[in-house]
Amino acid sequence: MTVMTEVGTLIGRSVRHTARSVDATIVAIVLPVMILLTFVYVLGGAIDTGTDYLTYVVPGIVVLCAAHGSAMTATSVNHDLTTGMVDRIRSLPVVGASLLVGHVVAGVLRNLVSTAVVIAVAVLLGFRPAASPLDWVLTTGLLALFMAAFGAIAAAWGLFVRGPEAAGALAFVLLFLPYVSSAFVPPETMPAVLRGFAAHQPTTPVVETLRALLLGGAESSPAVPAVLWCAGLLVAGVAAAGALFRRRTS
Amino acid sequence: MPYTIAVEGLQKSYGANPALTGVDLHVPKGSVHALLGPNGAGKSTTVKVLATLVAPDAGRVVVAGHDVTEEPAAVRRVISLTGQHAAVDEVLTGRENLVMMARLRHASRAEARAAADRLLARFDLLDAADRRVGTYSGGTARRLDIALSLVGEPQVLFLDEPTTGLDPRSRRDVWAAVEELAGSGVTVLLTTQYLEEADRLADRITVLAGGEVAAEGTADELKSRIGGETVQLVLPDAAALSAALTAVDGRARIDEAGLSLHVTTDGSAAAVRDLLALMAARDVPVERIAVHRPSLDDVFLALTGPRGVVAA
Repeated sequence: MTVMTEVGTLIGRSVRHTARSVDATIVAIVLPVMILLTFVYVLGGAIDTGTDYLTYVVPGIVVLCAAHGSAMTATSVNHDLTTGMVDRIRSLPVVGASLLVGHVVAGVLRNLVSTAVVIAVAVLLGFRPAASPLDWVLTTGLLALFMAAFGAIAAAWGLFVRGPEAAGALAFVLLFLPYVSSAFVPPETMPAVLRGFAAHQPTTPVVETLRALLLGGAESSPAVPAVLWCAGLLVAGVAAAGALFRRRTS
Repeated sequence: MPYTIAVEGLQKSYGANPALTGVDLHVPKGSVHALLGPNGAGKSTTVKVLATLVAPDAGRVVVAGHDVTEEPAAVRRVISLTGQHAAVDEVLTGRENLVMMARLRHASRAEARAAADRLLARFDLLDAADRRVGTYSGGTARRLDIALSLVGEPQVLFLDEPTTGLDPRSRRDVWAAVEELAGSGVTVLLTTQYLEEADRLADRITVLAGGEVAAEGTADELKSRIGGETVQLVLPDAAALSAALTAVDGRARIDEAGLSLHVTTDGSAAAVRDLLALMAARDVPVERIAVHRPSLDDVFLALTGPRGVVAA
């Protein structure tokens, strides 16, 4: 029970950070909407996916924003490590990893809010999801799992690197991952090497499953690979973050 | 005597670099003890071991009756650490920082709010309480940092270089905060590079240099280790200097360039009067006199070499 209080207190702290930071708010809300508008109105006219491009690209944008938003956790964790907050927390009778859990959970909450904003803007632009209430629940669950997995990896990265610049670099890596997937264009249009990468990386099944949940066709979606990818990354991220936390703080 | 902090033969290396090569430290309950030394002397490493952040390689380290390697959780319940950087959350307000720390120490919401109010008042932070810490001056942030470390009423407080990087006014603010603690029964171990700070705040001082203890004692004991007070006589010319040296039978250090004579005394007024009477009797014209008490700086320089190496 006390662990829940600790984690809850630290989640509250991270949520306040996001709410009060102008930068974080811009990254979390404005940037995803700008990316959506760019893809739909700047690039979308020239991209032929055989369907309405807005409908095609919204799940991709959602995943892009989730991946990019998760990377912010790396900067927050690194900041706590370099400013002595980690040492202070560790000299308390507190489970040290509560701090990491707080960052990751707050990141998921922040990300879900920005996802909701992106979908709301998309609906204003003409996106018409055909999802049932159950589909929406499953969508939220899959996204939360995806965000937690990338958040845990980001936490590990934030503990691994020395400074905030290197911590921030993860955002670019995670920002590019969805480009080489079915998020923005069908992978069949890519060269063979990239097509192979697109088929064997986590964002492709996640995007495809979201597409199926939001627009129909859930029966044939790669939901199982999507969940397995996310669960695997979550376990790997938690293990790496735990090991690095012990190493960087002793 | 039961010590709140008892360290014997503490050793710690980081890879091939020895940070501590055998440190002993004994701090009685309720006292303020200073670890004094230059950068790299091992002050912070000692504090990290005591605060359970770093495991010792060898030696016995007991804090409030609990061994840091065997019962780290029990140690953490009674200690509090204020590290070199003010570990305050700059995005939160001062009050929110205090409430968060109280919640992390398992206080209820109501208790946490009450504790925050008490500490804000005690450390003169009420005006700043609801501003974000990012807007605080360095001294105010440090006061909050110390207030944060008192949440949960720890028995032992570690302050690692609490005034490093602060301007003189902020430093005095922090000193006042530490003096306020000293009266409350908390045992305080502080590290500092400033001799003046150790002299002013600490009951006893351990001088660390190169990972080992160079000296230990009260400020007065350390000063007396390098001799008593000296009286400096400034003379008008070389002939007078020579006459003055003859008058004291050569028992003095002369500074020919500065035309002055340094005589070691017991520090009493009578000794100064006798010395001047002796000069007057021999018609030695003394222009000015100055009395020098050894500062802790003198002690420090006498005990440590140029790079913090113990002088042979």
